[in-house]
Amino acid sequence: MTSRAYSAQRAGEVMLAAIACAVVFLFLVLPVAAILEKAAHTDFFDEVTSSAVTDALRLSMVTTTMSLGLVVLFGTPLAYVMARTRFPGHAVVDTLIDLPIVLPPAVGGLGLLMVFGRRGWLGEPLDDLGVQVAFTTTAVVMAQTFVASPFYIRSARAGFEAAGQELEDVARTLGSSRSGAFLRVAVPVAMPALTAGAVMAWARALGEFGATIMFAGSIEGRTQTVPLAIYRQFETGIEAPLALSAVLVVVSFSVLLAFRLLTRRAALTL
Amino acid sequence: MQLAMVVALVALGLASAACGEGDTSDGATCGDDSADAPVFAASSLAEPFEEIWEEMLSLDECPPAEEVSFNFAGSQELRIQIVESGSSSFYAFASADRQQMDLAIEGGGVGGEPHLFARNRLVVIVPENNEAEIETLQDLAADGVKIVLADEAVPAGAYARAFLENSSDDSAFGEGYADAVLDNVVSNEPNVRQVIARVQLAEVDAGIVYATDAMADLADDMKVIAIPDELNETAEYWIARREELTGRGWVDFVDYVLSDAGQDILEEHGFIRVDR
Repeated sequence: MTSRAYSAQRAGEVMLAAIACAVVFLFLVLPVAAILEKAAHTDFFDEVTSSAVTDALRLSMVTTTMSLGLVVLFGTPLAYVMARTRFPGHAVVDTLIDLPIVLPPAVGGLGLLMVFGRRGWLGEPLDDLGVQVAFTTTAVVMAQTFVASPFYIRSARAGFEAAGQELEDVARTLGSSRSGAFLRVAVPVAMPALTAGAVMAWARALGEFGATIMFAGSIEGRTQTVPLAIYRQFETGIEAPLALSAVLVVVSFSVLLAFRLLTRRAALTL
Repeated sequence: MQLAMVVALVALGLASAACGEGDTSDGATCGDDSADAPVFAASSLAEPFEEIWEEMLSLDECPPAEEVSFNFAGSQELRIQIVESGSSSFYAFASADRQQMDLAIEGGGVGGEPHLFARNRLVVIVPENNEAEIETLQDLAADGVKIVLADEAVPAGAYARAFLENSSDDSAFGEGYADAVLDNVVSNEPNVRQVIARVQLAEVDAGIVYATDAMADLADDMKVIAIPDELNETAEYWIARREELTGRGWVDFVDYVLSDAGQDILEEHGFIRVDR
């Protein structure tokens, strides 16, 4: 091939790639831009200070914080065990952990109802003790935890695997206990991966809709999180859901961007 | 190079998907094929409309396409699909109240004349085992009873709240009745069928639905408590075509719903007929 023909082909490829990238980028960005632009034309301040909206925002913040806490508390040891050990059925357990990522959230919600609902496996004995889970804020946290866990566990597991066991072994020979080595060595070394997983899990919990509406129902201030409120308000008008969506867009974008900048700085100082 | 090709293929896919919309006509030989589009109908109409459809197919020499069907959802959700989303791929809209019909007409989504075609009433349903021991309407206000209603944006939910208000004005119930019952509501559902599902699963102690829902085939696993006429709300069902028809030669869904045969089917399913 002559160099001229080669460079012409190359220019063609670049052009094609540029067009394709532009199409995909616009496809991803236009809906978000449209929400922000249309929301700017609503009585934005009045909309976001209405009680339904502030209730939903407050509930979403409280529940996602709680579910993130649960995910980190129980997910970190699980991720560590999955990273450090091999046992028969390891791949099956691993796949089960990932399952909520691919399952439609409505399936998760139905499953939770079948376990924790009043006629559920655990729900029935709990009901006899006077404990009811479905239709409570607890149910919202459980639905979010169910769908968000895999995002954290995957990332944390990869972090522990990348960190390797050597540093922990060194800590053990220097007299550290197993749990001491885990907390003081493994966790700090894997911290960037843990943080990345936590951010993704939190974002997933914030957007959770299907499992929540199935398992927790929808009541303002108790189970109606921001996504449920958007769905609910859409039935009576377009202004409130637009304003609420805009808030969600800005919050999500800020968190993801802040995380990206912080991890970049952390990587530079390491 | 490989990346560029993948991206180009994705872009092509997006572009062709965009072009693929519309143009679904299959060259129907029986005239106006706009009638092949689905009927958007309130979820409470599912059973009688399916049956009317079967009847129509057996009558029509020139049956519409097989896959033609219904889009059942809360009337408010259908109205949103019609007005906000500008959906024009439907043949007729059947609403469980006049308000959603008017909004659809005002929004420019429905051009045909609305016809009143059925009425409905409300009942209270409780699960078969009735764990909360709900025997009277007053029991709904007891502490700790778990109730689901349709959302107030759904016609069934609006009617249910109107019934509660009516009862609060009645000395047999007392002023605080509506508030006490609403305090017991654990979820506002997006359509009336989900209220039934929650009650059938015994996830809640009671729900308020249409009398016809309690008659439908799916009304297993639950018991019905009637609401007296003087407190009840009458739901009015309205149907309108997307566009007024001109000179159609074959059986028309809206005509059939309004016909004696259509009204018979609605009556069998517990609706109150409007032609007598």
